[in-house]
Amino acid sequence: MASEDSRLRVTVEDGVTRVDFIDRNILDEANIKAIGEDLAKIIESTDEPKLVISFANVDHLSSAALGQLISVNSKIREHSGQLRLSDISPQIYEVFAITKLNKLFEIHETSADAVGSFS
Amino acid sequence: MPDPQAQHASPEGRVEVTNDRDAITALGEQVLAAAERAGYSEASRFAVRLALEEAVVNAFRHGHKSLPKSETVGVEFEVDEQSIRLVVTDKGPGFKPEDVPDPTAEENLTKTSGRGLLLMRAYMSDVSHNQAGNQIRMTYNKPDSEC
Repeated sequence: MASEDSRLRVTVEDGVTRVDFIDRNILDEANIKAIGEDLAKIIESTDEPKLVISFANVDHLSSAALGQLISVNSKIREHSGQLRLSDISPQIYEVFAITKLNKLFEIHETSADAVGSFS
Repeated sequence: MPDPQAQHASPEGRVEVTNDRDAITALGEQVLAAAERAGYSEASRFAVRLALEEAVVNAFRHGHKSLPKSETVGVEFEVDEQSIRLVVTDKGPGFKPEDVPDPTAEENLTKTSGRGLLLMRAYMSDVSHNQAGNQIRMTYNKPDSEC
């Protein structure tokens, strides 16, 4: 699970792990790496993990953060899990659209929608 | 006594930035404060911040790959009510922008890097490189709706 100094807030309910970012800006490479490591631990500790990453608190993110999300997506697939992204502001969504990563990730408007989408 | 806030929001400057998160954040805030004073919207400031962030991080990550961590990247900025101009220069050997693969191509979608230049080009009005490929010049023109 996330370590004490994690940049993530993690809650588990009905077999779904919801992750929120503590920081409004996901820019710092060292933090992004740490976030990736924390998410990897969550994925590895669960059978067929169902993970919702909420961007409700996020104002800015960098291409390095997108790269880390792609790594998380690959890892979750290796573990036969499912990943959903949610609560993405229009500004941040545009970053996903420009990079066409909105095709790679399953994105829901709210975390409740994301939780309800798991098969 | 000079007002530190006024200096902070200076509309132009040249900074040698170190590869340090606090230094990069402070630079971004300096540029954005000047942009806010010049009447740029939050969406415009989002665009400029993203492009500046990507340019500086790329300069350190790729340009300075083989250089000591202490080497600085030069950033020049100029903000007025019509446009924001940014020039980021690293001390590396340079690269050919045309050699960067299209990260939106199907076969590259799962690659974990290579999107910085695409984002800079998408958000800024004009992006160009010097001949050596170690300097990127970017201009953001204020949208008519904000004038």
